[in-house]
Amino acid sequence: MKFKDIFLFSSFSIVSQKMRSFLTAMGIAVGVVCVIFLTSMGQGLQDFMVSQFTQFGSNIIAVQPGKTQTLGMPTGVHGTIKPLSFDDAEAIERLPLIDYAVPVSGASGEIESDTRLRRSLVVGTGADYDIIVGADTMLGQYLPKDNPKTPRSFAVLGPKMRDELFGNENPLGKTVRVNSQRFRIVGVLPPKGDFLGFDLDDAVYIPIAKFNTMFNKNGFQEIDVVHNENATTEEVVASVKRLMISRHGGEDVTITTQADMIETLGEIMDWLKFTVAAFGGISLLVGGVGIFTIMTVAVNERKSEIGILRAIGASQSRIREVFLLESIFLSIFGAFLGLIAGFMIINIALYVYPDLPIAVAWEYITYSVFISIFIGLFAGFLPARSASELDPIEALRSD
Amino acid sequence: MIRLDKLSRKFQVGNQVVHALDEVDLEINTNDYVSIMGVSGSGKSTLLNILGLLDTPTSGDYILSGINTSKMDDDEMAGIRSAKIGFIFQSFHLIPRLTAFENIEMPMILSGISPNERSMKVDSALEKVGLTDRADHKPEQLSGGQRQRVAIARSIVMEPDVLLADEPTGNLDTTSGNEVVKLIEELNSAGLTLIVVTHDREMGERSNRLIELRDGKIINDQRKP
Ligand SMILES: Nc1ncnc2c1ncn2[C@@H]1O[C@H](COP(=O)(O)OP(=O)(O)O)[C@@H](O)[C@H]1O
Ligand SMILES: [Mg+2]
Repeated sequence: MKFKDIFLFSSFSIVSQKMRSFLTAMGIAVGVVCVIFLTSMGQGLQDFMVSQFTQFGSNIIAVQPGKTQTLGMPTGVHGTIKPLSFDDAEAIERLPLIDYAVPVSGASGEIESDTRLRRSLVVGTGADYDIIVGADTMLGQYLPKDNPKTPRSFAVLGPKMRDELFGNENPLGKTVRVNSQRFRIVGVLPPKGDFLGFDLDDAVYIPIAKFNTMFNKNGFQEIDVVHNENATTEEVVASVKRLMISRHGGEDVTITTQADMIETLGEIMDWLKFTVAAFGGISLLVGGVGIFTIMTVAVNERKSEIGILRAIGASQSRIREVFLLESIFLSIFGAFLGLIAGFMIINIALYVYPDLPIAVAWEYITYSVFISIFIGLFAGFLPARSASELDPIEALRSD
Repeated sequence: MIRLDKLSRKFQVGNQVVHALDEVDLEINTNDYVSIMGVSGSGKSTLLNILGLLDTPTSGDYILSGINTSKMDDDEMAGIRSAKIGFIFQSFHLIPRLTAFENIEMPMILSGISPNERSMKVDSALEKVGLTDRADHKPEQLSGGQRQRVAIARSIVMEPDVLLADEPTGNLDTTSGNEVVKLIEELNSAGLTLIVVTHDREMGERSNRLIELRDGKIINDQRKP
């Protein structure tokens, strides 16, 4: 029997039971749709997050106070953490490989123009923060290079903040009040979008010394460091670490690189995708149980047909092939339905919500199709074997 | 061409052993026309199934065309069923979801014959049984006599040596029964060895040789003079 003929024969019995085959295949299809949709969401989310990190360039590292605990080691060598100071930032900036070291802190505050008030993000920074966020097309300028400890009361607005407070007016030279303190607006940043849930566009940027007084803070949340493009991240991290240890008398800072962030993020996302794929896998398995059930029913219903085939020259292994193939066809058909439905759902979702972070995770889709075929094989194995082991005379008698 | 040596087939039913065939010795010549008769339960079907390699003896030997079948595995037996043996049954045993044409084609599909050759052979088999115009009919659209003729076409399409018929007219009225008998007798005249199990004494007496079974033993074996 040629493969094509077994194929025709098997697919014919599937076609002759259209409704049942369709419903059985649906089990697998649902699984494939789950895998496609969920992993694509995961992939989209990952791509989105990575793009969030990388939009600020890969030569940026962040220095934060406190040592990340590893293996339950106590924080700091002497159990104390020194806050990050202006002197720390200056010292880092003076290191040979470093171009800029800019302190950054953020908090929520009340921002007012003459007519309007918003509760939003207040960012305390130094003069070169515009370089870190890659703001090359500003209106006006960024905070000037005053003495960082005694800066003047200047402020820069995010574009959305400008729109909210001033509409279409030119805000340069106007006054904005942040938690009741007056600042003169010297610039407006170009749109930068969200960064990890913070809307950088809906923020006001003030000198960090003013920020610390306003929020009664001592030290910075972090120092963002831009290093020379030619230096490797490793050597930069090492030199910053050495400096901070000598300045603070112990390792009491955490240095995070883009690579670290993306890697951690990647790990989380891989887990997410895997978990989600496992859910899809479970629904594939459920589909497999459906195929098993239907194939068992089919073997029972078609006993007399099996007897006939044996009588006209089919061997046991041939009978097994026919039923195995039928089971695999059901699962391939299901996977095919699932692929079509999955891509339709993704496209509809993108049509309705164009911003949805969806990116097709091809590897998982490929897995899901192969797994479907294997599931068909496994689900069909026992029914096909019991079909092949039927006594042909018994089978013929069961009309 | 067929020889049985002390062939027995026993069935275990509960703690009782049924001797469906009890040390049967039998020889059947090529192109013979043999009827097998006997009361219900005497072992006729069991004998036919063993001759057709659908069942295997508990003891004794079955030698077909000089080859002892007792050492064959499933694939070899399937190959012989496919190439040398045609079966027809009382209840026709067509596959209901296939057309007459496809039912007749099935043995050739199983043995890997090309579609062109299949199509030619199905057409000629349909012509032999006089059902050319019913090729695309499903079994349910055919009368009993027509169904049995499709089954006959299917059994001869591989050009077997032996045709085994288990009460082929049992489900038919007299007229279509006679047509079926005439058809298989014609095939016998054309060279096919024909072995027919029947209840019908009149039909049994048409054959060249009438074998009677009781309790799994041959109690009578008559040749036409
Ligand atoms: N699969 C089986 N299991 C148990 N007993 C069987 C089986 N097949 C046949 N028999 C017994 O063997 C005997 C012969 O059966 P069978 O060959 O079908 O008789 P016939 O065709 O002459 O009516 C009967 O007693 C029957 O009950
Ligand atoms: Mg019988």
